[in-house]
Parts: sequence; C-alpha cells; structure tokens
Amino acid sequence: MTAPFKHAAQFPEGRASTTSFNEASARTRVALLLDAGSFVEFIGPEQREVSPHLKVFDLPEQFNDGIVVGRGRLDGAPVFVAAQEGRFMGGAFGEVHGAKLIGLLRAAREMVSIPVLILFDTGGVRLQEANAGELAIAEIMRAMMEARMAGVKVVGLIGGRSGCYGGGGLIAGCCSALAVSEPGRIAVSGPEVIETNRGVEEFDSRDRALVWRTMGGKNRRLLGAADVFTDDTIQGFRDAALELLGLVGAFDLDKLKAEQVRLADRLRSFGTCEDAVDIWTAEGVAHAESIPDLPADQFISLANKIGRTSRDAR
Amino acid sequence: MEDFSFQHRARQRAGGTRQTAIIGVVASGNLEVLVERVLPDVECQLEIKTAAVGFGEVWNAVTADFVARYSPGGLKFSINDGGARPDTVSLRLAQAVRLIEEDGQ
Repeated sequence: MTAPFKHAAQFPEGRASTTSFNEASARTRVALLLDAGSFVEFIGPEQREVSPHLKVFDLPEQFNDGIVVGRGRLDGAPVFVAAQEGRFMGGAFGEVHGAKLIGLLRAAREMVSIPVLILFDTGGVRLQEANAGELAIAEIMRAMMEARMAGVKVVGLIGGRSGCYGGGGLIAGCCSALAVSEPGRIAVSGPEVIETNRGVEEFDSRDRALVWRTMGGKNRRLLGAADVFTDDTIQGFRDAALELLGLVGAFDLDKLKAEQVRLADRLRSFGTCEDAVDIWTAEGVAHAESIPDLPADQFISLANKIGRTSRDAR
Repeated sequence: MEDFSFQHRARQRAGGTRQTAIIGVVASGNLEVLVERVLPDVECQLEIKTAAVGFGEVWNAVTADFVARYSPGGLKFSINDGGARPDTVSLRLAQAVRLIEEDGQ
C-alpha cells in the first residue's frame, strides 16, 4: 500500500473564480473545488489500476482509468469526491472506472455523515467494456441508493465537455440534487443516438442550438432536473455544492412517491410540447426564445422566479 | 500501440522533495506523464506507451533533448500517449518536472 496521492499543483488564491469548470481537467476541478490542499486521492495514478480491457483493443490506457476519487474538505467539512475526466475516452464508464466510484459510495454508506460530490463528465458506458461498463452503472446506482437510504447526501455537478449522458444520466437521476452550468448537458440518449434511431426529423444532432436548448443546463434547471444553475467557473460549482448540501433533506419512501408525482405532473404539463421553447412559454416566460442568449446572472434570477425544483421530491 | 524505454544519465538530481506528480490527459494529440522520484540521483528513465506507431526515433530525440535541458536526475517518467506532437510531449515533460520540483510530499 502506497501513501495517498496528494495533488501536486498549487494554485494561487482566487484561481477558482477565474477558471472555467468546462475547460479544466478532472484534477484541476477537484483541486480548486475543495479547500486548498485538502484533497487526498484514493487509488492514485502511481498504483496504475488501469483498464484490463483496452489493451485487447490496442488502445491507450490512463493511469486513473478516467476518474479521480478521494476525500477532502469543503468549507472545512469532510467530503468524498469523484471527478470524471471527460477527455479520456469521453469520460466513459469502464470496469475499473466504475469500481472506483462504487467503492467511494460504499465507503460513504459506512461513514454516513460524509457527503459525496460527483463531478460528472461522461458519454456513458465505454463501448469496449460493454458488459462490465453496464454492470458498473447498475452497481453504482445500487450503491448510491444504499448510501442515500443510510442518510448520505450525494450531489452531482455537471458542466464538463462530455456532458452527462447514457448511464451517467441515469446515475445523475439517482443523486440527491444536481447543479449544472450552461455547457453542461444531461440526458440518457445523446443527439446522435436519437437521430440514428428515430431519424433527423425527430432530432437533428448537427443543430447545436437544438441540442443545447433541449439537453443543456438552462432547460434542465427550468424543468427541475437540476436544482441550481451556476456560471461556468469552478468557484460557481463550489458555491452550488455548498448550497445544495445545506438544502438536501432525508431520503425515504415518501420522497420517492413525491418524485413520481413530480415527474408525472411534468409529463402531463409538457408532454405535447415539440420544443423546449414551447415548454418555457407554457411556464409563462415572456420572450421564451431569448432564454438561450441570457447571461448567467439574468438567467439565474429568472430561474429562481419561475423554474421548478425537485427539492421536495428526489 | 508501441512501447519504448529510454535510460539517460542526468547531470544532477532534480530539485524539490515531492515524490510523485502527474500532468496531462490521454486524449487525441495529448498525453499523460506520471513522474516518480525512485531512481539513483543521476539516472533518468522514461517508459512510453504510445498509440502512434513508428516514431521511435522522434521519441529518442525528444527525450534526449529533455534530459539535456532539465537534468531530471532520480526521476522515472511513465507516459501514456494518445498521439501527441513532439512539442506537446516536450511541454508535458517540462510541466511534470516543474510539479515534482515543488516542495511537499
């Protein structure tokens, strides 16, 4: 057993406010999100726990298999943290990648009082590890539910380049609460998948504006899938995580029933809408078509007025 | 994939006290460099796994130039490469040395 891996880079004070969450690496996100110097990595890169599958396909490995997990402090309080590296194979879940997150969630379940932050950045299951990856998704969801039933708060932060798709979208749906930024996208089937299966008239994956107003952070916030919208800085996500950890309540059967009612109501209200703009209009937003262009601060005040939250459910 | 291993003599031991550092991501045109302070003071070792086959001469030149410039004695570099250009490789190696030369563990 080697010593826990400390993050080497030292950042000057205030760097979190000027660093884009979207553009930063997983390691930089963790270092700037948590209290300075507090992060200690579990199963660090020096242990070389790489994927056992990628060499079969003659593909390059990464020493952390695309996810950084460990513990640290947030405003002085202990937290567990997992951050996916969206640039390595699209942040996809493989066997080792998934096992690291499962282990973290099981540790949290045992500790009970330490919340978990998951910095999603993923296209879903790593295709080269299909069965192992799918199993990892199922085991992560089980581990998360067991942790939450034990009283652990699990907060997802979504603002990476790969968004949060496939099994990542399912796991995000199991979190206690989510924070999202404008470039963050949340869905299960991605744009290309929908177009491939249902045709270009169903969803034109090359229409970037359509992709973002459907799956992007603003629509997810207004629909209540995400509870907090933040500007794209690591400081913004740190503040959002602190806010959500203060808001999340107990998780029980009544919460699940309330979530079911919320989702059924959402489907009833918006099920016939053809486009996100129709949903925003139905919500009573004047000039709904201008929402994609709104700066973050104006959007946040609008969302706080009319946006739904899952706070009483989930 | 192609693997290379290079051994170099360095003029002197790399500064600082940190034992390990890591920089970069394995992606198209990018690489990760894990550096560990595990060798005798004037030795330097580089273990490379690259997705771009047939560039052994270039790797040899880039790593020899790096060792001559930075004298990273005592350091072992483990590289996972996604087909980075030589200038990106040089940059990541320099960043790795810069990180491990910080004080700390």
